[in-house]
Amino acid sequence: MLKNLDIKTFMPAIVLLTLIIFFTALNPNFASMRNFARIAIAASPFLMVAIGVTFIIIMGSIDLSMEGSVSLTAVIFCFALVYFGGSVASTGWIAVPIALLCGALYGALNGFIHARLLIPSFMSSLAMGFVGIGATVLLTGGGIVRINDDIFRSLLTYRIQGFPLMVYLAGFFLCVGIFIQKKTVLGRHLYAIGGAEDLAKASGVPILQTRVLAFALAGFYYALGGMLQVAKLGQAESVTGANLMFLSITAAVVGGVALWGAIGGVINALIGVLIVAVINNGMVVIGLPDFIQDGVLGVLVIIAVILSTNRSSVRFVK
Amino acid sequence: MLEFENISKSFGPVRALNNINFNVAKGEIVGLVGENGAGKSTLMKILFGSYLADSGSIRIDGKSIQFASPRDAMANGIGMVFQEQSLIPNLTVMENLFLGREAEFTHFGIIDKSRMAASARYQLAKVRLDVDPLTVTSELSFPQRQLVELAKVLTLEEETEGDLVILLDEPTSVLSEEEVELLFDIVNKLRSRAAFIFVSHRLDEVVTLSDRIYVLKDGSIVDEVTRETAEIPMIQSKMVGREIDTEYYKQDLKKPFDETTSVLSLKDISLVGLLHHVSFDVHAGEVVCLVGTEGSGREAILRTVFGILMPSSGTLQYNDHPAIKIKSPYDAVAHNIGYMPRERKVEGIFMSMSVAENMTSSQMQRYSYYGLLKKQAEKELADAWIDRLSIKTQSSHTDCSRLSGGNQQKVVLAKWRSSGAKLMMLDHPTRGLDIGAKQDVYEMIRNMAADGLGLVVVPDTFEEAIGLAHKVIVMKDGRVSEEFDCDQQDVRPLDLIAAMT
Repeated sequence: MLKNLDIKTFMPAIVLLTLIIFFTALNPNFASMRNFARIAIAASPFLMVAIGVTFIIIMGSIDLSMEGSVSLTAVIFCFALVYFGGSVASTGWIAVPIALLCGALYGALNGFIHARLLIPSFMSSLAMGFVGIGATVLLTGGGIVRINDDIFRSLLTYRIQGFPLMVYLAGFFLCVGIFIQKKTVLGRHLYAIGGAEDLAKASGVPILQTRVLAFALAGFYYALGGMLQVAKLGQAESVTGANLMFLSITAAVVGGVALWGAIGGVINALIGVLIVAVINNGMVVIGLPDFIQDGVLGVLVIIAVILSTNRSSVRFVK
Repeated sequence: MLEFENISKSFGPVRALNNINFNVAKGEIVGLVGENGAGKSTLMKILFGSYLADSGSIRIDGKSIQFASPRDAMANGIGMVFQEQSLIPNLTVMENLFLGREAEFTHFGIIDKSRMAASARYQLAKVRLDVDPLTVTSELSFPQRQLVELAKVLTLEEETEGDLVILLDEPTSVLSEEEVELLFDIVNKLRSRAAFIFVSHRLDEVVTLSDRIYVLKDGSIVDEVTRETAEIPMIQSKMVGREIDTEYYKQDLKKPFDETTSVLSLKDISLVGLLHHVSFDVHAGEVVCLVGTEGSGREAILRTVFGILMPSSGTLQYNDHPAIKIKSPYDAVAHNIGYMPRERKVEGIFMSMSVAENMTSSQMQRYSYYGLLKKQAEKELADAWIDRLSIKTQSSHTDCSRLSGGNQQKVVLAKWRSSGAKLMMLDHPTRGLDIGAKQDVYEMIRNMAADGLGLVVVPDTFEEAIGLAHKVIVMKDGRVSEEFDCDQQDVRPLDLIAAMT
């Protein structure tokens, strides 16, 4: 078994460890429990989004709707929470399934437009992302929706072993993602479509349903990401999902998920998210000025992709 | 003029070529035969500059030479006609012919298209292909593309001063009988200018065309025979290292079938431009072979039955059941119809998935419970079939990309057999397989028939058709031209050819 695995499989993990050592060497405070908790908090919503898009990438498609989806579900969640009493401890809990359902439906619609109307997923999901942001602006009137529910905010404030609850929640849905990938028919079908769509069709894989279902699943995870953002920030607005598109797709690729499909999985997304989160946090910890962080992040991401992805079997890249 | 001396090449621990000594004289046609994995492709690739040999020397006209790239090889007058087509489908014929050599036709970076077209016409005339050089390549048929491929190599004639060596890697696999003859004709005409190395699975063609034949086995040349002494059975046994029953397609291995149970019945099926009023029946345990040229409608029938194409008129009846309607492959699978496509790599097997995952890929319903996979059952199924068909694989979770072609084909058959298929559509099931693997596939086809499955096969050769089928249906221009009942009469390849043309 082990001899089938080569070093390249572990490269993303090695890159992650190297980064941690690197930043710790520059500032020992990086490796403190408090800082790790900070990284975990930043990574939690972001991980949900990266897992969602990973399912789509495995299928050989792409989903660019996450920024719209996260903002929209976050705002819907906040509105619903306020409308149903303002606290998840009482009737407000219903906001959670409402947000998740909206996320899944939004994803399903995204998938349907792509798969049924035969629009490349790049285009359909990009457009749907804008629709999502537009809808959010419409709902909020461009403003910010705040929530004041201590019970819900305990996801951030209540800590076990130094890590807040939301990190454990993200961990739980990470496991759910792994389970879906490895143990369900849907997971298997994603790899089949990503590997050879014609053959999947000839084997009786229901392509349309699988595609729509995959996008719905991605939408569900974006909604989780949206709610964790609300837990983190205590508010939602049209820019709640900003930056997540670049970060989540980058994380998947850095972690070893191949953009042409069928290679990699949820675990790769996790490692990729941690790499990106560590870079982001590390730049702050070592005191890099604000205005150059974006540029440095871009450069570091390219280096991380070079180091961590296995490109030897790829003859060309488009 | 071209000599290989003690060429060896290893890939990791695997010795692909072992002290190969090999030469071609000017004007000579040399055949190269061997089973899959014997080292033919490696040898060709070293010659064409795609690989570097680990040791040994290559000489052209006595001069020692080493090619760093195919470009180098071409500059030295060596051209290769690829088995897997190397033309770029979205470019025109002439753009393909002169790809990478546009500079010859440019003035200050602008391509003189009319001059290029004229030159292309001249090249196409050499292979007697009458197509407009401005045609987009994807619009050509496979045989036409193969000829363009040859024409592309023949442009070397004008390119280089010296003599040419042309490598033909399985050039006939997509050609019809007449086109093969045309190809042979062209090759013979060019002898004065070029030496040829001819690689093919079709031994009869190799024996007909070649002056000398090298037999490769396990990376070594085990024999060298001249045209005068070449005999197919002898070559076959050298290739596999054991005596082969040349009558492997013998009739008496067939079992009688159940004439009362029809598993598939086509009545007056038409499909605009492809099929016209096709009718025939397939019974449980019966093997029906469809024979015809490329485009005669053989594949269209398979695809129609499997729900990929929709007939414009006529009725399809499955299992004597008029109510079953098949509108998609999904329906077909649900009604126990299996399909083994020709392009194994593209649509036959999931290369990045494991043996076990491939086997259950068409029967997810049985190997799942409310959407959850039954992994243990899946593994047991895979292990059972690996054992039953003696599939050579490390384990059931090995990726199929690591298996040889023959073993991949076994995985595909196991997938459909284990899913309980009652009707199988097989499109060129033995294409690209070596003799040993072919026989395994024949045996599996016979076993399936013996177990009561109905099979529709588009075979690679006439012998295969006659040897396997209870009934051979000859297709011509989308119509059934003739039906041969192999149980009643002794059918010979010539009869089939007569019905095709």
